[in-house]
Amino acid sequence: MQRFPCPFCGPRDETEFHFAVEAGHARPEPAGAVSDAAWAAYLYEAASPKGTTREVWLHLTCGEYFLLTRDTLTRAVNASEPLPGVAP
Amino acid sequence: MSGWRHDSLGAEIDRDRPLRFTFDGLSVPGFEGDTLASALMAAGHRILGRSFKYHRPRGLWGLGAEEPNAVFDIRHEGSYLPNARATLSYAQDGMQVASVNAWPSARRDAFGLLDLAQRFLPAGFYYKTFMRLPWRIYEPMIRRMAGLGRVDPDYAPDADGVQISAACDVLVIGAGPAGLAAARAAAEAGKTVWLLEDARHPGGALRWRGGEIDGTPWRDYARDTSQAVEAAGGRVMTDTSLWGAFDHGAFAAWQRGPRPRHWRIRAARCILASGAIERPLWFADNDRPGVQSAEAALHHLALYGSLPGRRILMATDSDHSLPVARALKDAGAEVTVIDRRAEVPEATGLAQITGAGIEAARGRRGVTAALVKGEEIPCDTILCAGGWTPSVHLWCQAGGRLDMDEGRDMLVPRPGTAPMTVIGAATGTLDLAAAVAEGLAAGAGKTPAPKAPKPRARAPLRPDPARPGRQWLDLQNDVTLKDVALAAREGFTSVEHLKRYTTLGMATDQGRLSNFAGLAAMAALTNRSVAETGTTTYRPPFQPVPLSAIAGPARGALYHPLKRLALEEAHRAAGARFRDYGGWLRPSVYGQGDEAALAQSEARTARTTVAIFDASPLGKLEVIGPGAAALLDFTGYVRMSTLRPGRARYGFMLSESGIVYDDGVVLRLGADHFVVSASSSHVEGVRFVLEDARQDRIGRASVFVHDVTQAYVTLTVTGPDARALCRAAGLALPDLPHMGVGEIAYQGARLRVARISFTGDMSYELSVPARHAQTLRARLDAALAAFDGRWIGLEAVMLLRAEKGYVLIGKDTDGSTMPQDLGWDGPRARRDDEYLGKRSLFTPEAASTARRQLVGLRVPEGGQPIRTGAHLIPDTGLRRSLGFVTSSYVSPVLDRPIALALLEGGLQKIGQTVRLFDDGVVREAVVTAPCAYDPEGERLDGRA
Ligand SMILES: [Zn+2]
Repeated sequence: MQRFPCPFCGPRDETEFHFAVEAGHARPEPAGAVSDAAWAAYLYEAASPKGTTREVWLHLTCGEYFLLTRDTLTRAVNASEPLPGVAP
Repeated sequence: MSGWRHDSLGAEIDRDRPLRFTFDGLSVPGFEGDTLASALMAAGHRILGRSFKYHRPRGLWGLGAEEPNAVFDIRHEGSYLPNARATLSYAQDGMQVASVNAWPSARRDAFGLLDLAQRFLPAGFYYKTFMRLPWRIYEPMIRRMAGLGRVDPDYAPDADGVQISAACDVLVIGAGPAGLAAARAAAEAGKTVWLLEDARHPGGALRWRGGEIDGTPWRDYARDTSQAVEAAGGRVMTDTSLWGAFDHGAFAAWQRGPRPRHWRIRAARCILASGAIERPLWFADNDRPGVQSAEAALHHLALYGSLPGRRILMATDSDHSLPVARALKDAGAEVTVIDRRAEVPEATGLAQITGAGIEAARGRRGVTAALVKGEEIPCDTILCAGGWTPSVHLWCQAGGRLDMDEGRDMLVPRPGTAPMTVIGAATGTLDLAAAVAEGLAAGAGKTPAPKAPKPRARAPLRPDPARPGRQWLDLQNDVTLKDVALAAREGFTSVEHLKRYTTLGMATDQGRLSNFAGLAAMAALTNRSVAETGTTTYRPPFQPVPLSAIAGPARGALYHPLKRLALEEAHRAAGARFRDYGGWLRPSVYGQGDEAALAQSEARTARTTVAIFDASPLGKLEVIGPGAAALLDFTGYVRMSTLRPGRARYGFMLSESGIVYDDGVVLRLGADHFVVSASSSHVEGVRFVLEDARQDRIGRASVFVHDVTQAYVTLTVTGPDARALCRAAGLALPDLPHMGVGEIAYQGARLRVARISFTGDMSYELSVPARHAQTLRARLDAALAAFDGRWIGLEAVMLLRAEKGYVLIGKDTDGSTMPQDLGWDGPRARRDDEYLGKRSLFTPEAASTARRQLVGLRVPEGGQPIRTGAHLIPDTGLRRSLGFVTSSYVSPVLDRPIALALLEGGLQKIGQTVRLFDDGVVREAVVTAPCAYDPEGERLDGRA
């Protein structure tokens, strides 16, 4: 049972969180200018690195999305921060 | 009968408190404080179980969690515990104990002949044999013969297992000398310490060996440590199995006893002092009852006064076990030490045979002699002191790696590879003073100094393939050295393959006795070092834990608590029958009798006069702020910014892959105020989609999303007389068009009224704060009789909506349904702004005319209803599924079956006859539009 720090609520058990998306995985727009391949890549391709990764997670109990930097191998949590421009 | 009880020894039994329990039906005496193992030994019981595969008689081996043979099913005062270790289970008066894997009993086992067939049951037998033969023929037979323990289907323990989550500064696992010292030092440094011990008493091996810790007699030290730990706010828990080490300092522990508890502990720091387990010796028939761990014999003698026999051979290759031999001799047994070393210090008063080992055991149902230097020596017990295996399971569960310590011939934790500090015998430190020093250092927060390498004294003890006879490596899973050799010959040389091919180490003892031997044997057979051969992965649980303990009260209704209606009591009083609908407990029908017939009758009433149903679970997500319209435009398939205040509009929410995720009506109450009626079971999910777009796109300051679903009660009045009933109930409703929304004052609060129809008839959705639900219900209820109206349940509502072809997302759609498949192509064709899932609606797949599309089906006159799930199939050619029936009912108002289906290219097939494969029968039906009733929508305005 991992423990993640929500920037708004503090450390909580992982069951309170949902993974949302890898950070920086920008939605290609407008639809008319996006190729089939680019859209498929947006939908289905994740880097899933072994090691350090930066991800957007949702804290289900407070409803806030935030950025989590963690190590997929060691399970170390390196940083937790609100989305850009949001004060914790 | 060879075991006996010494007449005075036994530090942990109370001879003034005798007790009796039964073992396979026989009465067994014991004393308060006895384990089942010590009482059975003292009473002379030798055969305590049958082996897993060959049903060979097996006796007691060990002293704790490593016990592979004495595993029992225990009944006591209404409780039932399968697969309990005799060494960890305390005898209680009246207990009923049964051996496992034996029928009818361990002494007389009907399957014992399997042992004679052993040559036909080699490693990989199951894989080789049953690949070709039908498993269903063999499975019942094998199930009867194999397996450990029995599940009693009639025994359902009370869901009263207490579950506690807790946190501490320092978790110390194991209360032997090293663990006690660590706990003491940490407590004295002001830390909150939790000290957990598998046995009933702290002290570890000092309980039977005696000794001092840090200059104090061990008992006093243990007592003072408990006090120090408790004074610093910690706890000492005995009879507690720490069974799992998880990420980020999380641990799970099962506390046994009259009130079992399951603990989840979050520890800032963990000190592992789990000790070591005595290793067996490998000789022919080393599994016979009477072959035991030497240390266990001392344990049973010192603590319970139990001796395994009167003529004892003890095989060893170190001085460490000489106190065992001496104690047994002093207690009155005849003891001969077989020492592998040629030169040994003279063991005063003990008979010794040096430069020798046990070559074979004799005796089928128990040891009668041992073969030493080619000669048979009569004896009733063979004690094995094969060295020590550190207990590293929890270390490895936490991700730790191991190093081979050649000098000590042990696999020991490699420091720094797991977030734990390992001390004492668990890291190979058998010397008492050194283990205590490690404990004190670790408790004070220091990392113990690395150990100086120890020169190897002599060749390590290993199973010898050259020796004749069957040498058992894994007693619980019946794996012999020959099985490992076979695995090596057939190429299963990786330890993970070895484990699965032979089942070595896969039993409930988790390979405590066998893993090292199997690994060492494989290393020798493949000319590799132990380190090169590697170890298998260790996973929780460290020892068997009842699932009921882990589950605790979280089962049945408490596993997934249902949401309840504010008006449940009132509906119940009105005769409602309840059922789970998407996590909500809702009325299915009202009244007694056949449910389907009641639903028909309720639906007919709703079409002829008026009906009321409780629609409270319908989602109510308030979306408020200047960015609200933009938010809903992006998250919805149908534009909401063009909706006028005071109006409602039906729409969909798509996933980014274009699949319909939810549908529902959006109400616009004001320029900046919307209410999203998400499906009852999707409210949470829809809320997070809205939050995602709010926080990451529209801007969190310009719009808020607020889930008020459970704060309101919604009652829907539907039917030709809906408006008249509302009036008769004294509600001065505004004059609203279809899809109009308004508000009236109601008892100091506001009542929202929306003319939204889920039935196709005129409907008023009336929503009030839940505290006003009773009066609203009572008013409407009082007015029903004059109109011949009634309350209806969800079954009737489902029928009414199906007549209209209204979809239920997830029932009439699946993971491939896009909005155009439901006939909603407009926004896709017209919207030029961005919305969720948009790009996915323009892929080649989305443009295909062969997509599965929603249609209605009509069976020929007089035909029976089609089953939900029946597949549509082609008229000719290879039979394949063109889609399936998603909803099927008998319409009372049309007096015929109706059905909805997803059909390949269905929208082009309207009017055609198609074939269905319905529970083995091929039938025909005509494809229609989804709406079977009132396609013009003339009924929406009710009775004039
Ligand atoms: Zn939070």
